[in-house]
Amino acid sequence: MSTTESPAAGVGPVEGAPLFDVDNPAPLIEAPRKRTKKTPRSTRGNFEMAAWLFMRLSGVVLVVLVLGHLLIQLVLDGGVSKIGFAFVAGRWASPFWQVWDLLMLWLAMLHGANGLRTIINDYAERANTRLWLKGLLYTATVFTILLGSLVIFTFDPNIR
Amino acid sequence: MPAGTLYRGREGMWSWVAHRVTGVLIFFFLFVHVLDTALVRVSPEDYDKVVATYKTPIVALLEYGLVAAILFHALNGLRVIAVDFWSKGPRYQKQMLWTVVGVWVVLMAGAVYPVLGHAARVLFGS
Repeated sequence: MSTTESPAAGVGPVEGAPLFDVDNPAPLIEAPRKRTKKTPRSTRGNFEMAAWLFMRLSGVVLVVLVLGHLLIQLVLDGGVSKIGFAFVAGRWASPFWQVWDLLMLWLAMLHGANGLRTIINDYAERANTRLWLKGLLYTATVFTILLGSLVIFTFDPNIR
Repeated sequence: MPAGTLYRGREGMWSWVAHRVTGVLIFFFLFVHVLDTALVRVSPEDYDKVVATYKTPIVALLEYGLVAAILFHALNGLRVIAVDFWSKGPRYQKQMLWTVVGVWVVLMAGAVYPVLGHAARVLFGS
């Protein structure tokens, strides 16, 4: 066993600190996940954290939007029996309900898509399966959001 | 409990399972619902024809199930937010789940007549 200053295998010099010190007779070992100048920039970003936060923020808004929607469509004024083209035309005559429905469409679709993305990641074990399921999910989500937005923006009460 | 599983049972796990199941059901309904609503761009007759199926007794029962799923997902979602952001949330998660279940039962009882009333009038006359 040599007692020279050559470090043991696996012990690298800590940036800005000598290997040995008066107060640290034993060599300093870099904390495994410590960020240093040599650490490559993170390649992942904070997407998962943003997605987690989005689920909670959109969830709170959706509680109001969706429960209000259910109250209007299924409970008040005769419940489901009054729903028809005339009822839709009456509500979408107001920009307030157009914005309500548009916001509900976007938030609900993105909230649901992110939820299903999580479920696919959890249960689909093969990378290829995940790829195809998520491809299908994103295609269906984009299609549905675009279709719904188009319907709200181009609705014509005098279509016939 | 078999070794090596993360599933712990009880309120925490089963509310998580129910949240997933109701979430998936609601999401699949949402696709259908955007498609049926898109018929307002085709013609009033086609839209009213499809909406007529929503007024049949069997589909009304499915709507009641949809309301059940949405109400649970909404109330339990608020509980999840409380667990995540309220410092005492994790400690009270069980009590909060039973509160969710209690509020859900009351709201579901209140929804029986409004949601199923139309179907009852169709079946039994008004």
